[in-house]
Amino acid sequence: MINVDFIIGHMNYWLFIVLMMTGLYIVVARGNLVKKIVGLNIFQTSVFMFYISIGKVTGGTAPIYPVDSQGHIQVDPSLTYSNPLPHVLILTAIVVGIATTSLALALIIRIREEYDTIEEDDILKIERELSAQDSKAHGSAMGGRA
Amino acid sequence: MSATEVHHVAKTLMDHLPILQVVIPLMSAPLIVMIGNRNLAWLIAFAASAASFVIACLLLSDVIDGSVISYHIGGWAPPLGIEYRIDALNALVLLLISGIGTIVLPYAYTSVKAEIPQRLHTLFYALYMLCLTGLLGMVATGDAFNVFVFLEISSLSTYVLVSLGANKDTRALTAAYDYLIMGTIGATFFVIGLGMLYMATGTLNMADLADRIAEQGANRTVQAAFTFIVVGMGLKAAMYPLHHWLPNAYTYAPSAVTTFLAATATKAAIYVLLRFMFSVFNPGFHFEDWTLYLIFIPFALLAMFAASFVAVFQTNLKRMLAFSSIAQIGYMLLGIAMLNATGLSASIVHLVNHGITKAALFMGAGALILYSGSAFFDNLNGLGRKMPLTGATMVAGGLSLIGVPGTAGFISKWVLVQAAFENGWWIIAVAIMLSSLLAVIYVWRMFEVLYLTAPDEGCTATDPPLPMLIPMLILAVSCIWFGFDTELTLGSAQVAADGLLAGSAGMMAH
Repeated sequence: MINVDFIIGHMNYWLFIVLMMTGLYIVVARGNLVKKIVGLNIFQTSVFMFYISIGKVTGGTAPIYPVDSQGHIQVDPSLTYSNPLPHVLILTAIVVGIATTSLALALIIRIREEYDTIEEDDILKIERELSAQDSKAHGSAMGGRA
Repeated sequence: MSATEVHHVAKTLMDHLPILQVVIPLMSAPLIVMIGNRNLAWLIAFAASAASFVIACLLLSDVIDGSVISYHIGGWAPPLGIEYRIDALNALVLLLISGIGTIVLPYAYTSVKAEIPQRLHTLFYALYMLCLTGLLGMVATGDAFNVFVFLEISSLSTYVLVSLGANKDTRALTAAYDYLIMGTIGATFFVIGLGMLYMATGTLNMADLADRIAEQGANRTVQAAFTFIVVGMGLKAAMYPLHHWLPNAYTYAPSAVTTFLAATATKAAIYVLLRFMFSVFNPGFHFEDWTLYLIFIPFALLAMFAASFVAVFQTNLKRMLAFSSIAQIGYMLLGIAMLNATGLSASIVHLVNHGITKAALFMGAGALILYSGSAFFDNLNGLGRKMPLTGATMVAGGLSLIGVPGTAGFISKWVLVQAAFENGWWIIAVAIMLSSLLAVIYVWRMFEVLYLTAPDEGCTATDPPLPMLIPMLILAVSCIWFGFDTELTLGSAQVAADGLLAGSAGMMAH
């Protein structure tokens, strides 16, 4: 028995899961360092959407209290408001996400300067050569077995 | 639980200690950048971290009797306001982090000159202070989302600090990139977990979370939250199968950075893990003790053997120490998984003792590198004889790493074995001893290179200058000191473990 109401009623979670897995898959499967960051961004964005969607209260309106002419807050008890807290929390996470992205891009620029490539396979090849040189030069400490 | 709670009546500066602990290093970072003078930068950083060390001492002396300090930021009462909550456990970890943070700075002054280009020195100190702030904040706070914010402050600065090693070896850049990818995935998993906890309970204050989870019992949202938080923090703590970022980051980062990270970063993550597993969630839940028995114990054992085994075959001293760190984290997780007071105090005391030991060893390694240019064993031949005090530090640290009686490492392993016997798990006790034998092998290789091989012809190495030597010797002496005087470490670890096992019941006091 497929419960259609259940599936449609949890649409925000399905979207979150799909987006999250897409992002994680890109991070793991793509060899290009910039594309990995794109994947990481999608992954983080899915979490933003998750947080924002759980702040929704059925029938809720924007959580802004009206103020009368004297500046007193007039709360209308018949209205329901959405929960603003997850939105505020996720603002912090968005800032963190931007900082992470910019730092990652800066690192990629430095990697490109040093390695002349941003493809993971090529970088790994260069690093394997470097460590092969290391163990050739210094392997005697391990009796040449390392 | 007889937790007496000191309520927030902030009248004097002393009442603001919990927040000053974090704010002083935080404010020093922009100050350093604005002043922009290299020597002043060091001075400010040192003054700020020394201040936070003094504050950590004061806080620990306040809470060592098992009391809890609850500090309300801005006077907003929890659960709505953000609360800083200091008990014996986090006071001890704060002491470790601020202590290591302070002691590494004099060492860094000389070491950084040799390893990082001069134009970056000011920024290095600013980032170092941010990293310290992040770690202290993660540990001091009693608000779950605050943990994430501070976690990211410390992580972002750590990535940059690791990449500063690129001056010596370009692989520091890819190490930092890998760490960034995995660290971000870990932190994001942690946030997903927090989101689910918020969905289930509608609160983010840890004490309040504990109460509400205890009320409603286990349900699938809470279980999923638990999984995400454990995996996320496990990544940060380099729990065995999630440790991939650690060896490269520790090997290629500048020596001062490696010393600081090895002694504090993974330890703060272990602390958060402890806090969530025992104070927020409750080991009474079946999903939690199953996680501990079926996941933590096998992976902890794997870490103890596999990582130690890999460490034996390394040709690079720093890399060897990095793999040994992964193995030592296995001991801490094993202590947690014992689920008794002795095991928890073993885990906490090992957290501190291993922090001190690894800091001493990485400092010694940094001093050796200063003369040899690399950490490869064949460049270090006979340097122990040429640099007697550095060699002595490596010996003290090495013995403590093995757990030879009379060193700090012995105390924690001894308590851990006791905890295993308390549970009747003699096989695990045997495994602890066997994996210590592997430590004997790799530490012995280090001694052999340092003392039993002939130094290169015309080797002019001498002990490093005093600013590097004194911190090293202080740490070397503490490796031995805490092997005899366990009042501070084991004493507060026991109080902390009792507090943790009292679990949410202890947090409900307010």
